[in-house]
Amino acid sequence: MTMPFYVAPEQVMKDRAEYAQKGIARGRSLVATTYAEGILIVAENPSRSLHKVSEIYDRIAFAGVGKYNEFDQLRVAGVRHADTKGFAFSREDVDARSLANLYAQFLGNVFTHEMKPLEVEILVAELGWNGRPDQLYHVAYEGTITDEDRFAVLGGDAESLATRFGEAFSQGWSLSEALAACVRTLAGPDRRLGADDLEVAVLSRGEERRAFRRVNGAELAGLLRAQEEGEAGGQPAGEPSPEDAGGPPGGTPPEDTGGPGGGDSAGS
Amino acid sequence: MALPMFAPGDDPGPDFAALLRLASPQALPEASPPAGGAGRAPELQLRHATTVVALRFADGVVMAGDRRATEGNFIAHRAMEKVFPADRHSAVAIAGAAGPAVEMVKLFQTQLEHYEKVEGVALSLEGKANQLGQMVREHLPMAFQGLAVVPLFAGYDLRRATGRIFTYDVTGGHYEEADHAATGSGGRDARTTIKLGWHPDLSAAAAVELAVTALYNAADEDSATGGPDVVRGIYPVVATVTAAGYERVAEDEVAARFAEVVARGIGGRRS
Repeated sequence: MTMPFYVAPEQVMKDRAEYAQKGIARGRSLVATTYAEGILIVAENPSRSLHKVSEIYDRIAFAGVGKYNEFDQLRVAGVRHADTKGFAFSREDVDARSLANLYAQFLGNVFTHEMKPLEVEILVAELGWNGRPDQLYHVAYEGTITDEDRFAVLGGDAESLATRFGEAFSQGWSLSEALAACVRTLAGPDRRLGADDLEVAVLSRGEERRAFRRVNGAELAGLLRAQEEGEAGGQPAGEPSPEDAGGPPGGTPPEDTGGPGGGDSAGS
Repeated sequence: MALPMFAPGDDPGPDFAALLRLASPQALPEASPPAGGAGRAPELQLRHATTVVALRFADGVVMAGDRRATEGNFIAHRAMEKVFPADRHSAVAIAGAAGPAVEMVKLFQTQLEHYEKVEGVALSLEGKANQLGQMVREHLPMAFQGLAVVPLFAGYDLRRATGRIFTYDVTGGHYEEADHAATGSGGRDARTTIKLGWHPDLSAAAAVELAVTALYNAADEDSATGGPDVVRGIYPVVATVTAAGYERVAEDEVAARFAEVVARGIGGRRS
């Protein structure tokens, strides 16, 4: 009979965390930010059919980075949870906070009890209503949940991207400004991302019950072009370019948002 | 509530009713009569919803329903809604036992949206009609107890670029209607009116007016169908479904159409 070698629990956790982090860092990143009329989520994703950003419920969106099959399973579970809850109670009773908590519990459980942790990081975004602010819940692979009310960056080199994005962020900016800043952050200094490399979706405040909408095709190309032209041909009057948005009064200092465990996070 | 995760073998897929059966069976509408009750007591009076109509016009379909719900010979509700959006491009109207019918509509709406979200694409119109048929069929044991639900389904088929109408019977059989349909206690009278006024190139306004006239005539002949209630300002629910989606016709517009119908002296006004 063979005896298993003793491995210190710290080591087990460390190994698992490293494994998950590696998997997540390999993938492409995703940025979500609030803007004047709602929440914008931009992911680098060349596929038109395998989505990273999806609808969960009337005012709730889901985004995931890492292994596609793993976060897609979580997405479907979220849709199931929301639809069941909305059916049994009322549509108003479905909220992102409880869903994000369920995700955190599940991820935390898998991280400690299963052979392999899930190599995913997910975002649950909820459009504010009835005086409640927009909310972005960022759930990490080991179940750490962080809530943001301005922006969140997931996957890849999230920390440095978050710093870069934080410099550009300005409260209440327009969709095209926010989109341009997201694209610049995802592309980094050396690359250019076009409409074909991006998956863009918004939760927009409006008349529609279902706030989730994909921004693609001609609309996306138009938004990207409008912003580029605005930058090339000098600033349009009254609209500050996001380039110098780091300094103006609306801008807020960068904050540690990328790393799990940072900011106002609660451990699992 | 825990996160609903399933092993690959028992995954319900995009089927919301199957999911409910697994995750929260108590929320699922009763599909069979309560145990022990061999037959419904004859004195039990239940709410019934009555006349609904649907007709095709040049850009899509119009659907309309009166507002009266009855319990035996009493009026149970004067402002009941019987026409609902099923999803962005389809509408469902109900006739029959009001309680189970409204519950069926709620399940149907959730089912369509659930499928769309899980699969990433909406069902085809045919697929939606089929789904509703299955729900009606599951309800068959209740129909035998006197709680029949007979929906009417219409929508805009984005793939064929046309409006389509489906009628049902209590067994879940569904039949596509070419141009128009009506169901419920006043359905016969409504159908006759539509038959006389219908032609394939109706404009949206003319189609709305025809639907409203049909309901007026049905209410004239059938005690369980409510006519326009000018005193309380209650008018039928009228909705159009076109390529642009489901849209409810504003109540004042319906009121204005009714005023025209009455002004023209339909139904042999003595003056």
